[in-house]
Amino acid sequence: MRRIVLLSTLLALPLLAPPGTAHADSASAFEGAVQPMTTGEDVYHHVCQSCHMPDGKGAMGAGAQFPALAGNAKLQASAYPIYVIMNGYGGMPWFSEMLTDQQIANVVAYIRTHFGNNYTDPVTPTEVTPQRPAIPPKEIY
Amino acid sequence: MTDPHPHKAPTRRQILTRIGTLAGSAALYQAMTTMGHAQGTDFTAPPVLSGAKRGTRVLVLGAGLAGMLSAYELRKAGYAVQVLEFQGRSGGRNISLRGGDTVTELGGAVQKVGFASGNYINPGPWRIPYHHQGLLHYCREFGVELEPFVELNHNSWLHSSTAFDGKPVRYREFSSDFTGFTAELLGKAIDQHRLDDVMGADERAHLRTAMEQWGGLDPDLAYRKGDTSSLRRGYTRPQGGGIEGAPIPSDPFARKDVLRSGLWTWMAFHERLEMQTTMFQPVGGMDMIGRGFNRQVHDLITLNCKVTSIRQDDHGVRVMYNDMNHGGVVRQAQADYCVCTIPLSILSQLDVQVSAPLKAAIMAVPYASSVKMGMEFRRRFWEEDDQIYGGISYTDQPISQIAYPSHGYFSRGPAVLLGGYMFGPAAFDFAGMTPQARLEQALAQGEVLHPGTYRKEFSNGVSLAWSRVPWALGCCSMWSEQARKTHYKTLCTMDNRIVLAGEHASYVGCWQEGAILSALDAVTQLHKRAQGAS
Ligand SMILES: Cc1cc2nc3c(=O)[nH]c(=O)nc-3n(C[C@H](O)[C@H](O)[C@H](O)COP(=O)(O)OP(=O)(O)OC[C@H]3O[C@@H](n4cnc5c(N)ncnc54)[C@H](O)[C@@H]3O)c2cc1C
Repeated sequence: MRRIVLLSTLLALPLLAPPGTAHADSASAFEGAVQPMTTGEDVYHHVCQSCHMPDGKGAMGAGAQFPALAGNAKLQASAYPIYVIMNGYGGMPWFSEMLTDQQIANVVAYIRTHFGNNYTDPVTPTEVTPQRPAIPPKEIY
Repeated sequence: MTDPHPHKAPTRRQILTRIGTLAGSAALYQAMTTMGHAQGTDFTAPPVLSGAKRGTRVLVLGAGLAGMLSAYELRKAGYAVQVLEFQGRSGGRNISLRGGDTVTELGGAVQKVGFASGNYINPGPWRIPYHHQGLLHYCREFGVELEPFVELNHNSWLHSSTAFDGKPVRYREFSSDFTGFTAELLGKAIDQHRLDDVMGADERAHLRTAMEQWGGLDPDLAYRKGDTSSLRRGYTRPQGGGIEGAPIPSDPFARKDVLRSGLWTWMAFHERLEMQTTMFQPVGGMDMIGRGFNRQVHDLITLNCKVTSIRQDDHGVRVMYNDMNHGGVVRQAQADYCVCTIPLSILSQLDVQVSAPLKAAIMAVPYASSVKMGMEFRRRFWEEDDQIYGGISYTDQPISQIAYPSHGYFSRGPAVLLGGYMFGPAAFDFAGMTPQARLEQALAQGEVLHPGTYRKEFSNGVSLAWSRVPWALGCCSMWSEQARKTHYKTLCTMDNRIVLAGEHASYVGCWQEGAILSALDAVTQLHKRAQGAS
């Protein structure tokens, strides 16, 4: 989402995402604030489950779906979910702006060990950082 | 009064020539823009297509505004048109919710809308800029009545949890103070010769006078408590009549609080071209536009058809779909050409036979998340208690805003407001909640803007989380700069017999105007292609 340039004092405000504009009519709208998300479970709750659902089973729409994370073999290598979260995939937006490397590591570890998945090798920010796109996607009109 | 000797009205061109000679080219340019040369979107007039080869068939996929307009223009040009739509209704994202409607979202939550009769919420599009001339043209053509949409209300609230003790302040108080202090600072800079290097004496004098007027300053260029500032920000005791009629001026906020509050963000917002006055809304709900379009083409639309594949070869286009009117049985539709308006969030997952670059383009556009809340209250307390008639209050809480209805002013009985409109992180967060939890959050946060009444007067509410809408899987297309560069033209260019349309195929993304303009371009391309293929 597009952000307005911020004063550093605003960045210091507790708990609040800075007000920013999104696009088009949304251009209209403001991004609301959101909680700090310190654990992988937090990130899943406040971000991922809006589409992948609380049970990780995804959902089926008009001939298209939000894929299930439950029992998803693509989670075997952590590099794949890290890439998708950073860059987006098809209709899924990129989260490189919204989430820190630590938050991405946390949530990848979380989805790889929940919903019936059992990939227990740890995920650290050092695996995430190199996948951050050199020119991060920015929304324009 | 009528003039008994009317002059022949000068033509527009004569006027412009006169202005040009009198005042020079800068004034001419100014006059041309004010006289109506395109400033907003590039719509001038609908394309005039005619003479389609008899019997040429076109399949239109999706019956949102882009699909229905394509069908309308193509039939007018002489094509045999059929529209396939997934839902049991037409209109697409152009939608309003009323009492008795049911919202079923992905994940299974079902909401029954409990609004009183006559009330509605526009959970998708809700306002139309005056310069969206394509959309406005068809509203007129199809008899859709429009009324003003109040975007900016000087008496609405601005709220930051970390400024002004967390209490909301009136827009007029804040904007007066922000403007006043800014003007005062500039005035000081001039008087203290800080701008001598930057501008000449003449320009400094003009700027000084401008600051005095624009900022509501006293003649000594101070912004301070008194009549000048109170005539903008409001009095502590307003002007009255009779013996005790004298008003008492109000105290401006402290300058440092004004500046650090961040609330100026919301002043800037209303200055965007898309949010400038005059904005419009259809009388009776946004879906009056969808209904207007539907009146023109309803006989061409088959509802409850879930398209799953789109294939083409030298002879035509073949579309497979599940006929949900008949237990989902698989059917096939054929045509010579296809206009596909299915949102890319869905199209990117269907079996579509197009060139590799177009496939890549379809895959390259993610969809934003957005949530809107429609909340009904027993009475219009925002009007009765707060004198807020339409417009928007902003907050830095997740709900981000409360928008008051631009119609039905002063009426008694229940009324519906927009109790939250979120994008970005807060939209993901709210979409992930149950509808009950969304309402609870919206009530708690709304109570901060309307303490003591919000919860008390609340009656019922509904939320629409666009990422959980089965036929949209998101709010709108979200183009990155790189994707625009690499994929936009490809996305919009007809690929043999298939052309895409919809808000995603425009630079007016997430506006209905984008759907209109893209459809007009798509049908024009299609017609050219079909004529060439004679
Ligand atoms: C929250 C929000 C706020 C907005 N605010 C404004 C605003 O204030 N002003 C404004 O002008 N615009 C606004 N917009 C944007 C506006 O709603 C859209 O730009 C416009 O309605 C899109 O029209 P469309 O025809 O491109 O797509 P749609 O209306 O989405 O039409 C696509 C159609 O395809 C159908 N479909 C999907 N999958 C299939 C399938 N597999 N088979 C068959 N059919 C299928 C869908 O059911 C739908 O009817 C807003 C949008 C949202 C979501």
